[in-house]
Amino acid sequence: MSSNAIAIENLQREPQTWTEILHQWVTTVDHKRLGILYILYALSYLLIAGIEALIIRIQLMHSHNNFVSPQAFNRMFTMHGTTMIFFVAMPVLFGFANYLVPLMIGARDMAFPRLNAFSFWLTAIGGLLLYFSFLGGSGLYGAGNAPDVGWWSYAPLTAKAFSPGHSSDYWTVALLVSGFGSVGTAINILATILCMRCPGMHLGRMPLLVWLNLVMSGMVLIAVTPLTAAQVMLLIDRYLGGHFFDTQAGGSATLWMHFFWIFGHPEVYILILPAFAFVSEIVPVFSRKPIFGYPVMVGATIFIGFVSMSVWAHHMFTIGMNSYANSFFTITSMAVGIPTGIKIFNWIGTMWGGRIQFKTPMLFCLGFLFQFLIAGLTGIMLASSPFDWQLSNSYFVVAHFHYVIVGGILFALFAAFYYWYPKFTGRMLNERIGKLHFWLFLIGFHLTFDVMHIPGILGMPRRIYTYEPARGWDTLNLIVTIGAFIQALAILVFVCNLIVSYWRGARAGKDPWDAWTLEWSVSSPPPAYNFASIPAVASRRPLWDLKHPEDPDSRYE
Amino acid sequence: MRHGNKPTRRRAKRILALLFCYVTVAGAVTPRSPLSSTNIFAPASTPAKTIFDLSIFVLAVTLVIFVVVSSLLAYSAVKFRGRAADAGREPPQVYGSTQIELAWTVIPVLIVAVLFVATARVIHAIEDAPKPGQTLDVTVIGHQFWWEFRYPKLGIVTANELHIPASDPAHPTPTFLKLLSADTDHSFWVPELAGKTDLIPNRVNQMWLDPPRPGIYAGQCAQYCGTQHAKMLLRVSVDRPADFAAWVIAQQQAAAQDAREIAGKRVFETTACINCHAVSGTAASGRFGPDLTHLMSRATLASGAAENTPASLRLWIQNPDAIKPGSLMPAMKLSDADLDVVTAYLETLR
Repeated sequence: MSSNAIAIENLQREPQTWTEILHQWVTTVDHKRLGILYILYALSYLLIAGIEALIIRIQLMHSHNNFVSPQAFNRMFTMHGTTMIFFVAMPVLFGFANYLVPLMIGARDMAFPRLNAFSFWLTAIGGLLLYFSFLGGSGLYGAGNAPDVGWWSYAPLTAKAFSPGHSSDYWTVALLVSGFGSVGTAINILATILCMRCPGMHLGRMPLLVWLNLVMSGMVLIAVTPLTAAQVMLLIDRYLGGHFFDTQAGGSATLWMHFFWIFGHPEVYILILPAFAFVSEIVPVFSRKPIFGYPVMVGATIFIGFVSMSVWAHHMFTIGMNSYANSFFTITSMAVGIPTGIKIFNWIGTMWGGRIQFKTPMLFCLGFLFQFLIAGLTGIMLASSPFDWQLSNSYFVVAHFHYVIVGGILFALFAAFYYWYPKFTGRMLNERIGKLHFWLFLIGFHLTFDVMHIPGILGMPRRIYTYEPARGWDTLNLIVTIGAFIQALAILVFVCNLIVSYWRGARAGKDPWDAWTLEWSVSSPPPAYNFASIPAVASRRPLWDLKHPEDPDSRYE
Repeated sequence: MRHGNKPTRRRAKRILALLFCYVTVAGAVTPRSPLSSTNIFAPASTPAKTIFDLSIFVLAVTLVIFVVVSSLLAYSAVKFRGRAADAGREPPQVYGSTQIELAWTVIPVLIVAVLFVATARVIHAIEDAPKPGQTLDVTVIGHQFWWEFRYPKLGIVTANELHIPASDPAHPTPTFLKLLSADTDHSFWVPELAGKTDLIPNRVNQMWLDPPRPGIYAGQCAQYCGTQHAKMLLRVSVDRPADFAAWVIAQQQAAAQDAREIAGKRVFETTACINCHAVSGTAASGRFGPDLTHLMSRATLASGAAENTPASLRLWIQNPDAIKPGSLMPAMKLSDADLDVVTAYLETLR
């Protein structure tokens, strides 16, 4: 197999002007460049949504604070949630998928490169539109500004009667537009994986990252469409005299809830599967062993994909469903924890008997494993509907989902950054700064989100701009805020690492981690065409076979 | 007054007797006990207690899982760390183990089965509880950003502070709440008494409470309902049966008529107040805002946003945004003189 780039000596190129470079980036259809664009876009919004979080935390630092008005606070939590889900998490995960999937399956690009570019730009415009609301959201009566209806935009709060002006319309249209971008990328990933694998790579030989993105993309197709439909219905209510969700005219508030959560729950599995993907690639390499139980990992993923579609009303346990409905969603929500738990066991099984290297990617993966375990267990608590009748809509839930998204997904993302940055840029991220980033972020994360469970247990609801001193929540909220600032510092350290290492990082060769999947067989960064000749594989770890011809995987699979 | 004069002594005794009755009754029905905490692990009513027992079981199971799995994680990270001596050598390349993977599939399935059965029993116990004969029925209507309480069989309409009788476990007299909403979604959450249940427009929900111990239980709205969601606070005053009966009688009276406050009453009735507020026995019958007939029987104003003092009341009428910015009470733009007399009038509505 020859997948080396063909070096052409003494190639002369004219230096490019910055307008030419900009033009190339804006018009690119190369999956690697689009991947980078997605990632950089998401990182910018991470900083913005992070500032929104800090504003929330300063306001909640003590009772009866007035750092921001209630109106501003309500916009902050709405924008923080909406931005983080739709314009940070989804783009960054699509970015990594875009970059890595074709390389890992031995393809030269995605199946539909122009659809790829179109999808990115739709998402990008959606984000800009959402933030334009800060400027352009004023409507009749001066009402409106950024949306302030929560990231779920529950009806009938979004009806014209209760949300005059255009702020919630910015939420609706921005997400509608970026939703099409998500669907486009999902179609692309599915088509690429199903049709463009290199010779020898049948489905059972794909890297787990590819499998997880395959299932994730299928889920995007099923889950995003109900949200788009609901958004169209909401626009019809607000502008064309419809009453789908307009309770003052006989519409249904719970109808919106069903539409939203049948998107919203699979959505969080859409976010976690790529995080599982990163961990499934990184833990084996730094344990120096193949993933433990590949077939079950694939099976569990598919099972999660299906079962996660059946749990949505666990977000609605308090709306007064009957006992049979509550029981049904309890059992499905607990059931989806089984394949997820099995994955944790398989990752530990991968580490077991290995020779673990505690480089920064592995440190973040260890953080992921510990934190995702806890997050899953608080999820089981929330799945028990009577327990949820107390915990729902409190800071316990906020702590739980931040544990999953920050403690799980973001840690896995950091691991992915440290692992694949050399491949994307040709430079290593600084290992010492990486370890500083890890420890600082770990301390800040646990200070904030471990403690945050307690106000929930003590009765603190979410989405409140202030609280009463007599409740006893002051000290706890102060600690949570301090942790938030420590995490902010860690993120700054990370961003510095990204920037400084780009120019001064140690040069990375093709394969700095001694890894086994196809992306490590090409130069860092890869040439535009990825592979000079399309590789052929005989096992799940083609590079292991090359490096260990005396003991190839192909003998055992 | 001269001592020893018979008519004087009789009058004095009468006054003292009246005072004594007033203090006893007022002391009994005016909540003086401190506000409870809002700790879900301090249940004070059967639904909350049932949930608490289940939650302890769930916590115990998840704690065991956590200890086992995190120990395995920590152990593997420490025991199998790569040492310098191993550099260049790869460990045995193990692909999996059917027995181990089967075991760690079956065990979680069993754990989930046990948790589910325990949970399902509690769901049915709370949701499908048969309604006993002796209950108090209260209709709760959620508004932006206050609570309306109606006692249909007693002819009472009040706001923000719910009074219910304590329920003797030997002879239960639970309170059944019917939950409605006038505008957006809300959620009734008094953690020590029960789990929360949402108030959803166009939908009727219900829940029940049976606290045995008198006291004032704190809570607040738990579903984001707009700008002042944070200040839609709740007080549930659980009264001894005799105190509750006295409160009912007091609430059933029409508004107190105090001849000294006619000027204030006139301002109230001729400005826009009566469009939103009701005072029984007068021309005011607006239902958009809280019923004010017995405003002074409440400890707080604006659904807990301020203490019920004359100064707060005056400020609330003058400029609600100073207390609860974004609430739907408009600033009434009254002159200072009008403000004074209206406040004085409202202070008579016991």
